[in-house]
Amino acid sequence: MPLIRRFVFLILLWAACSPTWATDDGARLYAHYCAACHGSHGTGGVGVPLALPDFLATVDDAYLRTTIRLGRPGRVMPAFKQLRDTEVNAIVAYIRGWAPRTVSAATPARPTVKGNSGHGEKLFAQHCAVCHGGRGEGGHGTGVTFSRPRDLPILAPALNNPGFLAAASDAMIRTTLMHGRQGTPMQSFLKQGLTENDIDDVVAYVRTFGREPPPVGPNSGADESPVITRESPYGIDETVEKLKIAIGAANLRLIRVEYFDQTFVDKGKENKHHVVVDSCDFNFLDQALKIDPRVGLFLPCRFILNEHDGKVSVSTINPKRLSAIFNNNELNQLCDRMYHVYADILDEATM
Amino acid sequence: MNRTIFGSLLLVWLMLLIAPSRADELLMVRAERPFGDAISDLQIAIQDRGYQVARIQRVDVGLASGGYTTAEYRLVFFGKPEEMRELESRHPEVLPYLPLKIVIFAEGDSTLALAYNPAILQTFFKKAALQDQTRRWEKDIRAILDQFAAP
Repeated sequence: MPLIRRFVFLILLWAACSPTWATDDGARLYAHYCAACHGSHGTGGVGVPLALPDFLATVDDAYLRTTIRLGRPGRVMPAFKQLRDTEVNAIVAYIRGWAPRTVSAATPARPTVKGNSGHGEKLFAQHCAVCHGGRGEGGHGTGVTFSRPRDLPILAPALNNPGFLAAASDAMIRTTLMHGRQGTPMQSFLKQGLTENDIDDVVAYVRTFGREPPPVGPNSGADESPVITRESPYGIDETVEKLKIAIGAANLRLIRVEYFDQTFVDKGKENKHHVVVDSCDFNFLDQALKIDPRVGLFLPCRFILNEHDGKVSVSTINPKRLSAIFNNNELNQLCDRMYHVYADILDEATM
Repeated sequence: MNRTIFGSLLLVWLMLLIAPSRADELLMVRAERPFGDAISDLQIAIQDRGYQVARIQRVDVGLASGGYTTAEYRLVFFGKPEEMRELESRHPEVLPYLPLKIVIFAEGDSTLALAYNPAILQTFFKKAALQDQTRRWEKDIRAILDQFAAP
């Protein structure tokens, strides 16, 4: 028994020291998990603004909690599955502090709106698709940074996203359609001439998105190799020259050629068996930054030549593998294109 | 018997401790400072952890030279010479992901910094020998970003 007691004591000691047992301070948790994307005061950035009074008046706590838990698969917002319920509640309470509460915290009942989804589909095509996409796929890009002029505070949410559909109640979608959302381009569709029955039909149609297969998941490249590698039949210097030609042929700009450790060791002491060739396609980069401002982590377009036992290989990161950690389906598509550009360059240089 | 129960409980507890509570794969923080101040602070934070800043790539300048409009956007490459040399000789397959880097860019009057969690290299390459290294890097990069974000 003393051993059991000792074990219990160890558990309690660990619990006392563990940061996850710290006080659930909503401000601290928000600063740690949310502020980088949503702004320190919820005004938005890479993530959507949260401190919009109309938004906070429309959504119940369950919406916020579910959004934190599930995120938006493939739409940048990650799923915070590691947080405890009390931590999620603390974050929600902190966010609630930005606007007077008008929605019940409990919101136990989430009645289903009945409507004609066929009629709703036609209305959606007429009134909603221009911003939310024909199948509710949402606006392009992420938040305000790089993706859009700074006077536009929000992009149209993806209504077909499983995270949204799980979080949003019919009543919330209905209220948003009826009254719009001040501070965003979302208009009141009652004022646009729709009736309440029409709006119910649109809600019913939006719900049908949940019956479709979800968009490609965020980890679609998770099984990919982390690098793309080719063996070269040439020596290292000749491979560098062929690589430079292949980079130019792919319309990438050559930035530099140097030894891998050149910036870390004194001149003359570099390891000459590892050469770096950096390049960039600024047009492609400009497009990518509009999709996701975090793409700097893919930069530069770097090729590493490795000479070992007289054999030369050329490697680069596999953009499809790295993209899998970004939770951004649009970025996945760009990375698929970039993969082929890299593979073509490597093939060209080593053929 | 007591010892058996104690051993079993201890094993369960240890498994709970090491079970991955899904790692944050991207580490991103916001500093409420303009870009010019923030990038200097970032370099100091990197050096405070014993790393050498190898290069700062001015992505915004490259974009502007091509006629593209952008806010300030830089890459800060850093590492420890001895670690880079060690990895060159023992794990050259990892080199495309090195040296370590932090992306830093302006967002209005704020500045954002992000890095991938070095733990992903362990996931990517599945090399047990990399584990200690990537754990050290993760600890250091988290500390660098925390220092950067501190008011």
